Amino acid sequence: MSEHAAVGKLKQKFSDAVLDVVEYRGETTITVKKEQIVAVSTFLKMELGYNFLCDLCGVDYLGQSPRFMVVYNLYNIALKDRLRIKVPVEEKDAAVDTVSTVWATANWHERECWDLMGITFNNHPDLRRILMAADWEGHPLRKDYPLQGPDRELYQGRLQ
Amino acid sequence: MANKETMTVNMGPQHPSTHGVLQLVLELDGETVVKATPHIGFLHRGVEKLAEHRTYHQTIPLTDRLDYLAPMSNNLGYVLAVEKLLGITDKIPARANHIRVMLAELTRLKSHLVWLATHALDIGAMTVFLYCFREREEIIDIYEKISGARMTSNYFRVGGLSADLPAGITEEIRAFTAKMPGLVDTYEGLLTGNKIWQKRTIGVGKISAEDAIDIGLTGPALRSSGVDWDLRRDNPYSGYEDYDFKVIVRDDCDTFGRYKARLDEMRESCKIIMQALDKLTPGPILADCPKVCLPPKQDVVNSIEGLIHQFKIITEGFKPEVGEVYQGIEAPKGELGYYLISDGSAQPFRMKIRPPSFVNLQALPQMVEGSLLADVIATIGTLDIVLGEIDR
Repeated sequence: MSEHAAVGKLKQKFSDAVLDVVEYRGETTITVKKEQIVAVSTFLKMELGYNFLCDLCGVDYLGQSPRFMVVYNLYNIALKDRLRIKVPVEEKDAAVDTVSTVWATANWHERECWDLMGITFNNHPDLRRILMAADWEGHPLRKDYPLQGPDRELYQGRLQ
Repeated sequence: MANKETMTVNMGPQHPSTHGVLQLVLELDGETVVKATPHIGFLHRGVEKLAEHRTYHQTIPLTDRLDYLAPMSNNLGYVLAVEKLLGITDKIPARANHIRVMLAELTRLKSHLVWLATHALDIGAMTVFLYCFREREEIIDIYEKISGARMTSNYFRVGGLSADLPAGITEEIRAFTAKMPGLVDTYEGLLTGNKIWQKRTIGVGKISAEDAIDIGLTGPALRSSGVDWDLRRDNPYSGYEDYDFKVIVRDDCDTFGRYKARLDEMRESCKIIMQALDKLTPGPILADCPKVCLPPKQDVVNSIEGLIHQFKIITEGFKPEVGEVYQGIEAPKGELGYYLISDGSAQPFRMKIRPPSFVNLQALPQMVEGSLLADVIATIGTLDIVLGEIDR
């Protein structure tokens, strides 16, 4: 399959920021350095027309380094084309610059990502918990967060 | 000297016009809204976390409970995402695809009927509410005959459907669909020319195309701000490319435009259902993928392969290869997306749902700030939110 048009342009403009390009099931995923995410996002929106941020979420690869990935699912309304950008985030410094300045819709997505995954977004206008209660401790979607919540014994089944 | 102090009031979470457990903190200057802050999460059930601990098939019933007014659309988005992950999208039989499209559009009618009913009731038109629920009940009856459940259908499966349509149901759907456009005319007759309705909706909750794209609006709400984008036409799935329908785009940018757009969408949905009914021919309803789809019962009892496959799928589930996919569909409320990551095991490593209502609700403060308190009700109604999907 031919390479996605955005890959070449992104490599040309940010030669040192593109870490990896994966094609799978007709979808392109580009991994970029986290320091460059705002610049890359602005370029994708302004120059390549990816004007719609469908979704933003965090993924926890517990036990691997870097531990987290922040995933941006983008859409180009004019070309009807999808593109996925990923940013690796280390556990020690679990923070990424906000892209809510590029796409306003990122505001709530980033709040949710912080709430459930514990990744901070620098310069975010309103980084509060969104789905969990304001006084909740911990980040439930992390892999080391137990399914039944903290301080509870694991359900052993009825027979035991 | 005028009093410059503002007053803060709570609207919800127990308020009939917030369409569920949504809390809005409104800062008011007299009757004008200065600031609106939505608080959500009261219905959070951790669906994404639960999905990581279940096999792919076991997650389908969870998706019913996201947008509980449009369960089949949720099922459809999820099974399409899993099929894409497995790479079996091309193997879905034609009959299964036609039934999926037909039911997805019936679901759109069902969802839009509840939207119109509650939206009209909020603004004060009670008759429309009763009419819409009367028609919705018929769709629910059809749902029940097909899937066994009135609301949580759990009917679609990875690879096809859980069962074929019951006898006689196509005639029932055809009869219902044939009378539906006339009924939409009836609703319009009660509302469109109504002076009170016009005063409450025209120019209310305005949002421009640029702002709408920036804040992430999708579905009819985006299209009535003049953006021509419908995933059924632009990134077709389940064979939507073979159907002839119009994408409704309006440039009113207000509550009235969104109302008209959704009513026109209902008429288009009827056309799609009729086409799907005409295309329906006998055939298999499950893909020929023995490692993924449950074998028919006679194979389970008569052949050792059938028995093994049944046993393996039930006890272990299937294991997609390592990879990740995003699948978006045009749900009644906007783009419903599923982002799935597989690590090669029988459970999804990560499932992220992109619920349309979650993102659409984000536009609320921007749409109501500066307008009157009463318009907040109209704007919540026009966004067509469902809290089950927002909170997950």
